[in-house]
Amino acid sequence: MSHQKDSNNFLPDHNHDGIDRRGFLKCMAWAGTGALCVLEGGVLKSYALNDPSGLKKAAKGDFSFVQISDSHMGFNKAANPDVAETLKVAIQKINALPAAPEFILHTGDITHLSKPAEFDTVDQILKSAPTKDLFFVPGEHDVLEDNGQQYLERYGKSTKGAGWYSFDHKGAHFIALVNVMNLKSGGMGSLGAEQLDWLKNDVSHLSKSAPVVVFAHMPLWSIYPEWGWGTDDSAQALSYLKRFGSVTVLNGHIHQTMQKVEGNITFHTATSTAFPQPHPGAAASPGPMKVPAEQLRALLGVTDVNYVRKHHSLALIDSTLE
Amino acid sequence: MRKSRWILGIATTSMMLAFAAFPTIQKPVSAGPPSAEVKIDNFSFTPQAITVKTGTQITWTNGDDIPHTVVSDDQSFKSKVLDTDEKFVFTAVKPGTYSYFCSIHPKMTGKLVVE
Repeated sequence: MSHQKDSNNFLPDHNHDGIDRRGFLKCMAWAGTGALCVLEGGVLKSYALNDPSGLKKAAKGDFSFVQISDSHMGFNKAANPDVAETLKVAIQKINALPAAPEFILHTGDITHLSKPAEFDTVDQILKSAPTKDLFFVPGEHDVLEDNGQQYLERYGKSTKGAGWYSFDHKGAHFIALVNVMNLKSGGMGSLGAEQLDWLKNDVSHLSKSAPVVVFAHMPLWSIYPEWGWGTDDSAQALSYLKRFGSVTVLNGHIHQTMQKVEGNITFHTATSTAFPQPHPGAAASPGPMKVPAEQLRALLGVTDVNYVRKHHSLALIDSTLE
Repeated sequence: MRKSRWILGIATTSMMLAFAAFPTIQKPVSAGPPSAEVKIDNFSFTPQAITVKTGTQITWTNGDDIPHTVVSDDQSFKSKVLDTDEKFVFTAVKPGTYSYFCSIHPKMTGKLVVE
């Protein structure tokens, strides 16, 4: 990253990575190839995982954390009959990282059917993780039947409303949002007025130079409204984040890696540890994609995020379970 | 054993009668109330809109690998979470037009008209 770009850090780099300001970058871990994504001062660059210079760059940082998502514990259909095993492999992958992450974010759909035994199994598997600092947001599969009461009892004791909260870590501000409650007929994800008010207030005291990381289950950008892959009132939430130099949004839900840069905001969705879903519109429905067993682990994965304080940058590396 | 087979035979015959009565739901036979089926496949309700007579028993069956629900916008009917192959049965009592959706995947919508 050159000094010139640092001084102009709200604009994406048009010259080298082909990212258009309003553009849509797919930075895919589709066939197990993987992608490395480096965000520096709001500018995102992507490299193939087999690009040594890119990997070298991402390896530097003040701290790193890992995002896992959509473990769907309890799912047992053909797309993956053993989601416990693939979650275990994901944890092994995290344990094998050169530097232990300081914490792990789980961006929801911890379970498939919100059953107590499913939550228990995930908790048990996560005990093998290299850190005890785990942060969660619920997916729609975690709040079935009881309007999220069980989820809140397990993970949301010190949270607000349906489970939203924020915390600071080494100069970065992390915001956990819940967009899977009170979904309206015909709609997509929803944050709701109460949470939006809280968000506005939560970021009001922050310096505009503070790097902000937002994580929520459903995408906070409209990836494919036909399948409900978006959040109805996300524009309102994002308007509160416009003044910040660097905002990263981490989501799950769509079981595949996608990225987009819009102004100061980089959006990223993570793979599932359980089963892949099709590309937007590539199938009759967003249901689980059945792939040959030997290909499955190439389509599941974890996201390793490296934060470089000096440059206010986040480097995202998606790796598959292979 | 022989008696239970005999009962099973009666039950099967009744079901067949009920099935035969399906196209003319306004003339229920003694075997049971008129019935209608809605399939849930590929994140959609089929048929998307259905019109039935009062007293019809409607069965939704989830054929997807992902759980769904059947919830009317006015909350006059609401299924529990339906995992794969699970069913929700609702008997239409009050005439009216009911829009409904899957509360987990709200893009999935359907319409039930009770005459």
